[in-house]
Amino acid sequence: MIEYRSVGKTYDDGSPAVDDFSLVIPSHSTTVLVGSSGCGKTTLLRMVNRMVDPTHGQVLIDDVDIATRGPVELRRSIGYVMQQAGLLPHRRIVDNVATPLRLAGVPRREARERAMDALAKVGLGADLADKYPRQLSGGQQQRAGVARGLVADPNILLMDEPFGAVDPIVRADLQRQLQTLQHELGKTILFVTHDIEEAFLLGDQVVILRKGGVVAQAGSPAEILAAPADDFVRSFVGLDKGRRRLRIAELDGQRVVVDEHGRPAGVLDPTLDRT
Amino acid sequence: MSVFSEAFDWLSTSTNWHGPDGVPHRVLEHLGYTALTVVIASAIAIPLGLWIGHTGRLRGLAIAVTGALRALPTLGLLTLVVLWRGIGLTPPIAALVVLAIPPLLAGAYAGVESVDRRTVDAARGIGMTEWQVLTRVEVPLSLSLLLGGLRSAVLQVVATATVAAYIGLGGLGRYLLDGIAVRDYPQMLGGSLVVVVLALLLDGAFALLQRLSPT
Repeated sequence: MIEYRSVGKTYDDGSPAVDDFSLVIPSHSTTVLVGSSGCGKTTLLRMVNRMVDPTHGQVLIDDVDIATRGPVELRRSIGYVMQQAGLLPHRRIVDNVATPLRLAGVPRREARERAMDALAKVGLGADLADKYPRQLSGGQQQRAGVARGLVADPNILLMDEPFGAVDPIVRADLQRQLQTLQHELGKTILFVTHDIEEAFLLGDQVVILRKGGVVAQAGSPAEILAAPADDFVRSFVGLDKGRRRLRIAELDGQRVVVDEHGRPAGVLDPTLDRT
Repeated sequence: MSVFSEAFDWLSTSTNWHGPDGVPHRVLEHLGYTALTVVIASAIAIPLGLWIGHTGRLRGLAIAVTGALRALPTLGLLTLVVLWRGIGLTPPIAALVVLAIPPLLAGAYAGVESVDRRTVDAARGIGMTEWQVLTRVEVPLSLSLLLGGLRSAVLQVVATATVAAYIGLGGLGRYLLDGIAVRDYPQMLGGSLVVVVLALLLDGAFALLQRLSPT
C-alpha cells in the first residue's frame, strides 16, 4: 500500500507543482493518475521513489515514511518504467534489463538468465537481447523498459507515461500485454498518463487531477462515468461531447448502440448478457 | 627554397640521428615532457571537469577560468615560474600544464553535459548511486568528447613543449634554440618539421582512437 498524506511540492523557482494531495493506493491493483500536462502527476509519481522529495507531507509505503529510507535502496526496491524507455544507449538490451539485478549484487550469469526470462515475458525475442537500444523500434524499446522494471520482481511498479511515445496500434498492443502481465503478477502499479482512455482501460482506481495536483475525482472507471463529480470531470472523460453518451437504435431489426450524434459505437449482443 | 632543401639535408644527415643530440633522443625527451604534462593536467582537470559536468556547479567559473588560462602566454608563464622556483623541470611542466588544463576540463564537462538528461534520470531512477551514474553512464557516454579534449591538449602541448629548451632542458626545442644562437636556419627548420610531423602523427593516432570509441 502506498499512501500520500497531504503532500505538496514547490520547486526552487517558487512554482507549486502539487499543493495538498492525499491518496491511498491499495496493493496488488493498478492506480492511474490522469490529467493534462502541468497537473503534477509525474511529480506525484516520482515522489514514490524519491526522485522528487515533497516539500511538505509524507509518502508512506506499507506504513513506513519513505523519507526515512535511503533513496538508492528505495529505488532499487521499486520498478520504474519511463517514457522513451530510458534505456542506457551504450549497453545491450539484455544488459539494460539486467541492470537492476546487477545493482542489487546478483551474479552476472544469473542476472543475464533472469533478464532473458523478463524479455520473454514482455514478448521480446532472444534475438534482440544482444542488440543496442537504438537498433530497436520504439515499441520494442518500451517493452524492454517494462522488462527492466519487472526483472527484480519488485512489489511496486511506477510507470510514467510508458506508452506515450509509440503509435496507437503498438500502444494498444503494449496495453494488452500489461493487462495480461498484471493479471498474472498482481503488482501494485502506479501509472501516469494524460490519456483518459488508457486510464479507464488499465486502472482499477482512476484519479483525475486538476492543476496543482488537486483531485477532481477518484474512483473506478465505472463510478466516474456513472457519477462524474463536476463539469471538469464530465468534460475530461468526454461525457460532454456525446462520445460516451450512448443509446440503442433499431436498424433492420438489429439493436445497434449509437452515440449522441447517431454514430454507431457497436451492437447489443444478448449472448454477453450473462454477466 | 634553399632553406628547405638545406633543412632536408640536415634531416638526412645521419649524425643528426645519433647520440644525445640526435633526433630520436630529442623526440623521446619531447614526448616525455608531453606525457608528464598531460598526465598531471589530466589528474587535475578530468576529475574536476567530470564533477562540474555531473553536478552542474561552478560551470560559469570554470568557463571564465579556462578562458583566462587559455589567454596566458606560455613563455611568459615559464619565465615567471623560473623566477619563482629557479631552473629545473618544474617551470616548463607547470607552464605546459596550465596550457593543457583548459581543453581537458572543457572536454570533461562538455562531455558529461552532452549526455541525454533523460538517460541520466533513468539511471538514477533504477537505483544507481551518484558514483555509478557518473562512472557507468556519464563517463562511457562522454568518452568521445573526453578524448577530443585529450587530443587537443596533447597537440597543444606537443607543439609548445619546445619551450623547455628555453631554460636549458632537452626536447625538440633544442634545435630551435641552438639553431637560432648560431643562425643555423636549416637546423631550426629541420627541428620544426620534426615537431610538425610528431604532432600530425599523434593527431592521426587520436583520430583513430576516437573512431574506435563506442559513442
